Amino acid sequence: MPATVGATSDLVAAIGNTPMVELSRLAPHDGVRLYAKLEGNNPTGSVKDRIARAMIDSALASGALRPGQAILEPSSGNTGISLAMIGSRLGHPVRIVMPDNTTPEREQLLRLFSAEIVFSPGAEGSNGAIRLAQELARADSSLFMPYQYGNEANPRAHEETTGPEILEQVPEIDVFVAGLGTGGTLTGVGRCLKRSRPGVRVVAAEPLPGEQVQGLRSLEEGFVPPVLDESVLDDRFLVNNRDAVVGLRRLLRDEGIFAGLSSGAAVAVAVRVAREMTAGSVVVLLADAGWKYLSAGLWGRDLDELEDELEGSLLW
Amino acid sequence: MSTVRIPPVLRENTGGVRSIDVAGGTVAEALADLFGKHPALRDRVTEEGELSRFINVYVNDRDVRYREGLETTIGADDTIILLPAMAGGAR
Repeated sequence: MPATVGATSDLVAAIGNTPMVELSRLAPHDGVRLYAKLEGNNPTGSVKDRIARAMIDSALASGALRPGQAILEPSSGNTGISLAMIGSRLGHPVRIVMPDNTTPEREQLLRLFSAEIVFSPGAEGSNGAIRLAQELARADSSLFMPYQYGNEANPRAHEETTGPEILEQVPEIDVFVAGLGTGGTLTGVGRCLKRSRPGVRVVAAEPLPGEQVQGLRSLEEGFVPPVLDESVLDDRFLVNNRDAVVGLRRLLRDEGIFAGLSSGAAVAVAVRVAREMTAGSVVVLLADAGWKYLSAGLWGRDLDELEDELEGSLLW
Repeated sequence: MSTVRIPPVLRENTGGVRSIDVAGGTVAEALADLFGKHPALRDRVTEEGELSRFINVYVNDRDVRYREGLETTIGADDTIILLPAMAGGAR
């Protein structure tokens, strides 16, 4: 029997088509309109639902992923949670390699969706999780690794869904701002926007890692995700944890939006870019909502104290 | 003088020093002054005269690759940040 008109067939089909809201109080002056795409409204609460669905669909279609086969992925949270939800619906066991210094909410959510968790050393950040997942995948050929950092289905999901939604919601867009993680969002949305509006600027907000997180990296390990097409970017800003927390608090106070830390960073960059414009429209993508960060006390605690603590953790 | 912040991974080349004052009106001039003071940094930050793909260079918070690259101008109050490229976080 087909689903009732107005209902989707399944939770997975409800991914995407997220709201766009104007941030009129955060806009720095009257000439510029600032809008936010609320990706926290996806089924598991983040933009990663889009790429998890796309990576699993394309792997099933190509035969790279067989029915019932186990999935392994390095993720510091959101991608893992999305894969776990979709995997549990489709009958794939999911194993996530995650740094051991993220927030407890992520571990709880992964377990709720029946994922198995393998912890990697937190001080090594995402690079450490990637390395461990690659070792595990090499040692056990029964595992399928979508590998969001190198999977073209990641940027393609944004080129085919997020980008067109933004063009429909804000056709006059001049600047697109998003956080830089795998680079999939910026690359995919950027390609879509530039095809339709060649003058659009694509701007990355990148986390400034704390000294502790930086400390264990060697240059030889320097890593540029294969899915990141740097030619799509027009500007790239570093955002420290303090400015990201200030951005996240302003989102809540001025606009009533309860968002995660990377969203705070993206908003900080969007406001800065908007301030330098005389007129136009800026769209900022808010990758997740604040739920997974509640235990970190980002909204209420003293900024200096938080800054010290965030030095050694990995929240976005 | 501008300031260059040295990431932990490069401090073995600076005797552990975290930040260094340098002279110059562009990123290239500032780096030349830096390499004069700490010659071992040159091969770690550049490849054949270009910035290594695995090093990102920022003036204050802005990546110079998307400005004028090594010719990006700098002022006395500016900070140059060197960072190894790395995978992003929670996404």
